[in-house]
Amino acid sequence: MTASSRLLHFLLVAPALAIVALLFVYPLGYSVATAFQDRAGAWTLANFATAWSFYARDIGFTALIVLLCTALIGAVAVAIGGYLVLGTTRWAVAALAWLYRWPLFVPFIIAAQCMRTFLAKNGMMNNSLIALGVMPPEAAQGFLDWRGIVVTFVWKQAPFATLMVAGAMAALDRGTIDAARNLGASRLRILLEIVVPQVRPTLMVALILSCVTMMSVLSVPLMLSGQSPTMMTVQMAYRINQHGDYGVANALGLISYLMTAAVAWVYLRETMRERGAVP
Amino acid sequence: MIGRGGLWIVRAVGIGILAYAVFGPLANLLIWSFAEAWFWPNKLPSQWGFRFWDYVFRPTGRAMEALTLSIVIALLTVALSLAVAVPAGYALARGRLPWRPLIMLAFLLPQAFPSLPVYINVARIFYGFGLNGTVAGVVLVHASHGLVFAVWIATAAFAAVDRELEQAARNLGASALRSFATVTLPLATPGLIASAIFVFLESLDEFTGSFFVGAPEVRTLPLEMFTASMGGNYQISSITALILLVPSIGFMLVVERFLKGEVLAKVGA
Repeated sequence: MTASSRLLHFLLVAPALAIVALLFVYPLGYSVATAFQDRAGAWTLANFATAWSFYARDIGFTALIVLLCTALIGAVAVAIGGYLVLGTTRWAVAALAWLYRWPLFVPFIIAAQCMRTFLAKNGMMNNSLIALGVMPPEAAQGFLDWRGIVVTFVWKQAPFATLMVAGAMAALDRGTIDAARNLGASRLRILLEIVVPQVRPTLMVALILSCVTMMSVLSVPLMLSGQSPTMMTVQMAYRINQHGDYGVANALGLISYLMTAAVAWVYLRETMRERGAVP
Repeated sequence: MIGRGGLWIVRAVGIGILAYAVFGPLANLLIWSFAEAWFWPNKLPSQWGFRFWDYVFRPTGRAMEALTLSIVIALLTVALSLAVAVPAGYALARGRLPWRPLIMLAFLLPQAFPSLPVYINVARIFYGFGLNGTVAGVVLVHASHGLVFAVWIATAAFAAVDRELEQAARNLGASALRSFATVTLPLATPGLIASAIFVFLESLDEFTGSFFVGAPEVRTLPLEMFTASMGGNYQISSITALILLVPSIGFMLVVERFLKGEVLAKVGA
């Protein structure tokens, strides 16, 4: 390979790299720097003090919501993916495969609008439960609070994780599964002890991507819950729109980067350890 | 023990509950779009009709204007993203690049950080260049996000093209550019179409970036929907949501026709 062909190939990549550098890397660096500056541009830690004293509860709330949603998304993905691989009732497998992916490309903002009406006190969920006689009318309560956020995130994001996990499961070698089945292992045991460990890397990637996505969404907490505490995205938007306060907004932003970085770090450390264990 | 019939019922009920969880929220949206009057404690609207559809689809209505604007922005985003992603994908797939892993990593970055704080700062930087509240600004923000998917999918699509076919064309005397245009590009086209549709939908549905960079001057359809919903105008917001939903569901149904397994297997490779 010649130097000129290398240069040519690099020139082909350069415009795309330039856009990522200018519109992502530069603003990212800018946001980190601004988090440590006051309005006059002097270096300070005051933004973090303000962010913590005003929004510590929102930071904790965000962490809990995202962790809970991630756990639920993982559980749904493993359950549906597992049934698609291990299920023996053909019509049920086909129905499930057709069903689960519908919310996949529904944008968050539309999912939020759907749930805003569906989960309301007088929404379709409560009305159906009352009509079926499962619940007395006076027990109806709206889910438009943290529960609404959780339901919407899981509804929208679980199909994505399921698609990735089910794909990885379908690509597994059937030999070990069939062997375990012949030895009389239950399907639940095969799923948890044979299938899930093998698709673990894919599952983790799906969950980390979901985590980052949920940390970025503004519309869902805005539309599903007007209560406090709320998610950090709402408070960042509030600092900008009401106060023009880039310092505190970026301090919150940096905290949210660190939260996702922590998740990614746990994953990387685990991958390294696994690779280290297998020569 | 549950008998065979019992198991059948358990499965049917399970699938039924899941179907309700998936379609219930969408059905509620559909009902709202046809509800002319719906007051508590009625379980269903007391008056159905197309009144709000007429309102939304009036040629002078704001929603139609916003739809046109959103489509124009999405098309420009696709054009910009593919213009840079196709060459980049080709170069990355053919793998003759120094620091290739590092470059691939750069195209992963925007997926690894929460995007909202980045958008806030993009808006602040754009303000200095007069790009805030302009269509060009919104297109750039959408492209910075859509580009990443476009590069990944384009790289995978080119990697799935057999290199020997290209070589055969070269041996028959075709120039590098000609063999690319007549052999490689046509074979990679299904994957590139998939990435174009994907970028189009990402842009059409994008909310957060448009909210910070575009609003209030550039009013895309998702921004209009959000405003209508927060104003309690559920009919208008539901109909707007349905308009946005049609292309998304359509893509979900056909995506496998364009994104074949052998291409998907090369994503990230």
